Amino acid sequence: MTVLAIRNLAKAYGGVQAVRDVSFVVAAGELLAMIGPNGAGKTTCFNMLNGQVTPDAGSVEFEGRSLLGLTPRQIWRLGVGRTFQITATFGSMTVRENVQMALLSHHRRLWSLTALATRSYADDADALLARVGMREQADRPCAVLAYGDLKRVELAVALANRPRLLLMDEPTAGMAPRERNELMQLAAELARSGGIAVLFTEHDMDVVFTHADRVIVLSGGELIAAGRPDAVRADARVREVYLGTGDA
Amino acid sequence: MGSVPFFFMSASSILIQFLNGLASASSLFLVAAGLSLIFGVTRIVNFAHGSLFMLGMYLAVALAPMLGFWWSVPLAALAVAAFGALVEATLLRRLYAAPELLQLLATFALVLVIKDFTLWAWGPEDLLGPRAPGMDGAVRIAGLRYPEYDLFLIGFGPLVLGALWFLLRRTRWGTLVRAATQDREMAGALGVNQRWLFTSVFALGALLAGLGGAVQIPREPATLFIDLQIISDAFVVVVVGGLGSIPGAFLAALLIAEIKSFCIGLGYSKITLVVEFIVMAVVLVIRPWGLLGRMPAQSRGPGTVELPLAFPTRKALAALGGMAMMLALVPLLSAGYTLVLLTDILVFALFAVSLHFIMGPGGLHSFGHAAYFGLGAYGAGLLLLKGGLPMELALALAPLLAVCGALVFGWFCVRLSGVYLAMLTLAFAQITWSVMFQWDAFTGGSNGLIGIWPSSWLSSKTAYYYLTLATCVGAIALLWRVLHAPFGYALRAGRDSPLRADAIGIDVRAQQWAAFVFAGLFAGLAGALFAFSKGSISPEALAVPRSVDGLVMVLLGGIQTLTGPVWGAALLTWLQDAVSRGIDYWRAVMGAIVLVLVLVFPQGVTGFLRERFAR
Amino acid sequence: MKLRLALGMAAAALAAFGAQAQTIKIGELNSYKVFPAFLEPYKKGWELALQEINAAGGIKGRKLEVISREDGGNPGDAVRVAEELITRENVSVLMGTFASHVGLAVSNLANQRKIVFIAAEPLTDKIVWENGNRYTFRLRPSTYMQVAMLVPEAAKLNKTRWAIVYPNYEYGQSAAKSFKNLLTQAQPGAQYVAEQAPALGKIEAGSVVQALAEAKPDAIFSALFGADLQKFVREGNIRGLFKNMTVFNLLAGEPEYLDTLKDETPEGWWVTGYPWAEIKTPAHRKFLAAYQAKWKDYPRLGSVVGYSTMYTVANAIRKAGSTEPEKLIAALKGLEMDTPIGPIVYRAVDHQSTMGAYVGQISKKGGQGVMVNWRFADGALFLPSFAEVRAMRKD
Repeated sequence: MTVLAIRNLAKAYGGVQAVRDVSFVVAAGELLAMIGPNGAGKTTCFNMLNGQVTPDAGSVEFEGRSLLGLTPRQIWRLGVGRTFQITATFGSMTVRENVQMALLSHHRRLWSLTALATRSYADDADALLARVGMREQADRPCAVLAYGDLKRVELAVALANRPRLLLMDEPTAGMAPRERNELMQLAAELARSGGIAVLFTEHDMDVVFTHADRVIVLSGGELIAAGRPDAVRADARVREVYLGTGDA
Repeated sequence: MGSVPFFFMSASSILIQFLNGLASASSLFLVAAGLSLIFGVTRIVNFAHGSLFMLGMYLAVALAPMLGFWWSVPLAALAVAAFGALVEATLLRRLYAAPELLQLLATFALVLVIKDFTLWAWGPEDLLGPRAPGMDGAVRIAGLRYPEYDLFLIGFGPLVLGALWFLLRRTRWGTLVRAATQDREMAGALGVNQRWLFTSVFALGALLAGLGGAVQIPREPATLFIDLQIISDAFVVVVVGGLGSIPGAFLAALLIAEIKSFCIGLGYSKITLVVEFIVMAVVLVIRPWGLLGRMPAQSRGPGTVELPLAFPTRKALAALGGMAMMLALVPLLSAGYTLVLLTDILVFALFAVSLHFIMGPGGLHSFGHAAYFGLGAYGAGLLLLKGGLPMELALALAPLLAVCGALVFGWFCVRLSGVYLAMLTLAFAQITWSVMFQWDAFTGGSNGLIGIWPSSWLSSKTAYYYLTLATCVGAIALLWRVLHAPFGYALRAGRDSPLRADAIGIDVRAQQWAAFVFAGLFAGLAGALFAFSKGSISPEALAVPRSVDGLVMVLLGGIQTLTGPVWGAALLTWLQDAVSRGIDYWRAVMGAIVLVLVLVFPQGVTGFLRERFAR
Repeated sequence: MKLRLALGMAAAALAAFGAQAQTIKIGELNSYKVFPAFLEPYKKGWELALQEINAAGGIKGRKLEVISREDGGNPGDAVRVAEELITRENVSVLMGTFASHVGLAVSNLANQRKIVFIAAEPLTDKIVWENGNRYTFRLRPSTYMQVAMLVPEAAKLNKTRWAIVYPNYEYGQSAAKSFKNLLTQAQPGAQYVAEQAPALGKIEAGSVVQALAEAKPDAIFSALFGADLQKFVREGNIRGLFKNMTVFNLLAGEPEYLDTLKDETPEGWWVTGYPWAEIKTPAHRKFLAAYQAKWKDYPRLGSVVGYSTMYTVANAIRKAGSTEPEKLIAALKGLEMDTPIGPIVYRAVDHQSTMGAYVGQISKKGGQGVMVNWRFADGALFLPSFAEVRAMRKD
């Protein structure tokens, strides 16, 4: 089942065509990796999906509904979760409270003046934290966590509104190799068990080819290849523009 | 009022007024450029910059009879630069790791110390300096006499601008300064010797301030008031021009000086009271980062990270409750002045807590919170005297005037952040102040309103004290409780990471706007209580010093704890009362005490206590 | 309950002790650190008077004791300080204040707490008229009175086109308003061709001077003082505004303002002031000698005000034979007394003293400003009629 459908997306900055005519789909339960060398248009593409950049042309449809012109806030409300390249969490709150904030927002309780924030949805938050393996650290302030743990917290936060689509920008940047695999393993499990479509950008080819179900490759703003990891790895154009002459 | 005949200006008058504006702009530019440089690199909001200007003036006036005017100017500027370097190296350097704005508290203390030092060293009388030798006359321009010295100033401003441009664009030092202005962490990472850089920038900023003061002495006397006048003008220029932008400061100084000059030329002199703040408000609404400013690089979080907010333990709640009980027992022991002082302390505690509500958890640094305090106070006075309402009703409805103000001003303010936001709040406060100050028929003008007394059943000190105690304790408890509610958490979320907050569906601006209004409501309540406790109200209730007092209370007590503002309010009010009674140079003593507190407790008094007990 | 009783007894004991000490406590408050240039001489004035009064045996053997406080220059703090003087120090009378809004706030408190207040320095007309109250008396000639003293001289010159400049707050506004009203009464053809109201302390003197010159006035009325006056004078001198121009400037003859002008002192301006070196009346000679002996300095107008305020308090208590507020009010209404600058009466109708001021011109002598062609204007002659006053006062 197609969750996200991108058609003929294009964006130019000044005279530079950052993204041109990019189309792809992401299906439920599928991990799709978007790769490409620096300047290939990945970030622009990504930001057009989450409402930060308005495309010049093309369409972005989530479950048949256009995301264009929506704010990040509205997109989240539709059921799209996000993690950031540089983690963004609430440093003055505990791990549990970070997840509770997402749950409060999901249940539209943010404007309550009477409830106690720390007692709202605490069990739900713990359940989410258990899923990402952070239950034990629930009471620690986010400001003191290790980087890999912060990524997990972000994942738990992203899951709070039961998303059908998860957008992960460079999810493993800045992590040690073992942590990377653990995190992506986790993401893959969550995606498959919950039927969540996952779109992620990634630099680390090991991560991509180990965990992605499918891969799309951008170069110079264009989509040059798409398919199963093995097929993409074998694609001559990909090897040429992206992987250079070396082995994948 | 209103009898000013409007007349068009003659061509020669237009020329002269234009030149007048240019001359005034030069001196304004010098101070503002220094302030902008210092802020750009060190992120210090240097409240004492006007005091450095004042020192430059007094030094030049003192040196001129010995060395002649033209030597006194550079020497005074150098002396001020040396003083600036000393202040940076011995005092401010210790505070870079402290929470944001704490340096502001230190520079505020310096203002007090420098003012009393100046009084002690040069006496109370205004000192008019000599005319500039060789430029003491006038030349004929378009048939009118124009001071030679003003022509010199018109050239001097651009000259300094050029010199600064060269320094910043053509020297290695300048490259470092620009790098640090754009990205402090990055410059640190590049191996820039930050200590030396910061000290030298502060010294240069001080030099410019001192120079600005010294060149001004042929035009105006050195007075003890000049420090605060100049600082507000300089802030406006810096912000209108864009923080850290020297050409922006020049442009803004020019704009403001010319507008003032032509307001006067056209017969609208009354508006000069507030025109620069109107300009600032308009500029910030249209261009949120000033005329030539750039969007500030996202700072990588505050200098120190706040601990999670724990709901108070039973013990802590019991202690707070016990304290309220003890306060309730005070009238049994003393029915006299203690109650008067405690009433003031309670009112200011509520004021400070309401400010902390948006400043701490909200991350909205307001430099104009007195506006809402004052609107509440005026609301009380106007409803009672002009509206003819009974006192109880006037007290209950007065905060609504503050709410109206906060609704309008807050809508604009939450669209900005950081110092720009702070300055917009200040601009709105000054505009409100000027309305109260000018609207003689309705607000009583500069004299204010008198005869705002509570109903007879509340007129005894004890009764009014109980009213204040119950209201303030209840209101403070409510504000604190809201911070523990999802609303308060969402507010902190928006401060900690606007990006993440937005990505999980929090409407950060809407929440901040609501918080702004909420804080305004309670500041207004404090103001209304204040009005009835004093029996009168004047524009001072919403002037800058009241806003600054609020900031000092919050920072002194500790911005990162909830109870901090209460202790800060108690400490500051009590200190002012105690110190001003017995000590001649009480301002300097106050300043010294605040400096010591800042150095010993950079996290505020309560922050310090918490750290002690946490270990 | 026991505790309360014990405290009550302690308080009673203290009160008894206070009575035995036999001093009469006077509460004094002023903005000493905000306006030091004016208030240091003022303080020296009342300290001299206090010394004289107590050296002469006080009042019926009881010495006066002044408890002086800083009021911070803002009404909120001033009211708190006054409360402290009333409740903690148990003073019998309040005196002092400088700025009008502070004076009004303390006057308002005095009315509420039913204690007599002698406003020393505030100039606002409102403190005795629109906002006058039973407990407040004011020594200094008000804005209106001083303007009224200048107007006859202005009318005599018969100038048609007048430009007006004043600091933009209540004092300046009411000075301008009174001047226009009174001059138009005296000289119906007078025109007001320009009006400049710069913010207090922030005059853009060059622009204001140019704007005034542009209106081509025959004469200027100014209510500027302090730093604003200095800037205005220097710019006007350089730009030639004052050449062949008649200028009237309220207060500019007071040493506090005149002395700072030094060699910029313009020639021939009409002012109100205090030519201390030239007043030869016996009362003033005695005051001058005593003041210079004690302080090694010459008196400013503030010194006279401080001195006379202190004597007002002493004379009122002596006449009342008590410190009871009601008796003091009765004594103060119509109280006649001497001051260094002449005898005064506190008018029963509005509690305003008839203290006068010196009207004359200023001139430069040896690099210093002095008053010339001066005469004393008795305040009693420049007050509105009783009927007018009664209409303004609400009591």
